[in-house]
Amino acid sequence: MSESRHIALHVNGERREAETPVRQHLADFLRGTLGLTGTHLGCEHGVCGACTVLVDGRAVRACLMLAVQAAGRAVTTIEGLAAADGTLHPLQQAFCDHHGLQCGFCTPGILATLVEYLAENPDPGAEDLRIALSGNICRCTGYDSIVAAALAAARALRGEAA
Amino acid sequence: MKPARFAYHDPDHLAEALALLARLENARVLAGGQSLMPMLAMRVAMPDHLIDLNRIPGLDGIVVAEGSLRIGAMARQRRIEDSPAIRAACPLMTEALGLVGHIQTRNRGTIGGSLCHLDPSAELVTVAAALDATIEVASATGTRDIGIADFPLGLMTPSLAAEEMVVGLRIPLWPAGHGACFTEFARRHGDYAIVSAAALLLPDAQGRIARVSLTLGGVSAGPLRLAAAEAMLLGEAPSPALFRAAASCCAGIDAMEDPQAPAWYRRRLATVLVRRALEQAWARTEGVAA
Repeated sequence: MSESRHIALHVNGERREAETPVRQHLADFLRGTLGLTGTHLGCEHGVCGACTVLVDGRAVRACLMLAVQAAGRAVTTIEGLAAADGTLHPLQQAFCDHHGLQCGFCTPGILATLVEYLAENPDPGAEDLRIALSGNICRCTGYDSIVAAALAAARALRGEAA
Repeated sequence: MKPARFAYHDPDHLAEALALLARLENARVLAGGQSLMPMLAMRVAMPDHLIDLNRIPGLDGIVVAEGSLRIGAMARQRRIEDSPAIRAACPLMTEALGLVGHIQTRNRGTIGGSLCHLDPSAELVTVAAALDATIEVASATGTRDIGIADFPLGLMTPSLAAEEMVVGLRIPLWPAGHGACFTEFARRHGDYAIVSAAALLLPDAQGRIARVSLTLGGVSAGPLRLAAAEAMLLGEAPSPALFRAAASCCAGIDAMEDPQAPAWYRRRLATVLVRRALEQAWARTEGVAA
């Protein structure tokens, strides 16, 4: 038996408690243990960015953090982005409107990255966004739609017409 | 891509971590995890014990004092990058950090972790060499300092004993008015650079070069200080021709060869990047006419 620990943390504003093997990474814990399968796993060694989630408001790769390290922290996944009544987050809406999802696999990680980035940089240029998203790989390779969606989301978050 | 089994330890105090490191066989220290976690996933590293430093308070301090900078080993790269005090006192560090991995990895990655992982292309190792940093090392039996020049033993191998860990680094600050530039070439933004170059220049009252530091990353196991080029620049009046001549020293360096790039390509890149770094660093000096 692998060593395991009981951990408590906040996920999308809700307190969760569960048992986790100490060698399990946060992404497997979110997906397998908590059933939050919106966090995707591409490479599982920190290259693709698909598993990016917010931990205490910071975008991190969930495959490069052990679940035990998230004990006591606040984690936000893609499931926690929309409002309680189902209204999409401005990022989600912009990605729908601008065909930023494409196949959708990398989208949850991209949105987690952009939540933090746009909070700190409300008015970025297209080139800034490409650098900010350099750690999120899109296999559809359609970065133009992703950047267009991110620019539209930034406008919406600033309160301007998208 | 799952780590092999290990026993997990997350001590609250440095003394406890050092005691564990002294006592346990085949133990690894976990800092930000941005290099060690992939190595565990790919089972390149299979420690029996993982000693997580993330719960230990006080290992992440950033202190900019008169003439020197001290950064705790567990300071996150993103926090160092965002520090206004470091941007003002040590702009080379800030510029290089923008090229270290990605936002998501810098949010977790630490400066101590990067130094100990010692990738030949690691920006922070090159910066530490350019700034003549001193690495602070601790073990259960005491502490010692290692000059950055003596820190790499070989490829990705720091000169640390099994029971030792890096706890911080000290950097003597360059005087106000110096110019610095860190530049690199990577296939994609955030990838490990094929070659990187760090330049620092300090002008004297006559507009000549009073002090210079030139360092290459990615060309050999550890950072390469370009002593011959530095000697060529010292005391001279800067000019495009002088910078080109100094950069041409890179044509003779012993560059490594790997599947990413042949040695001749690294030498060519180094020559161009050093020239650009010198020009940019000089343009950023203050107190003399450009």
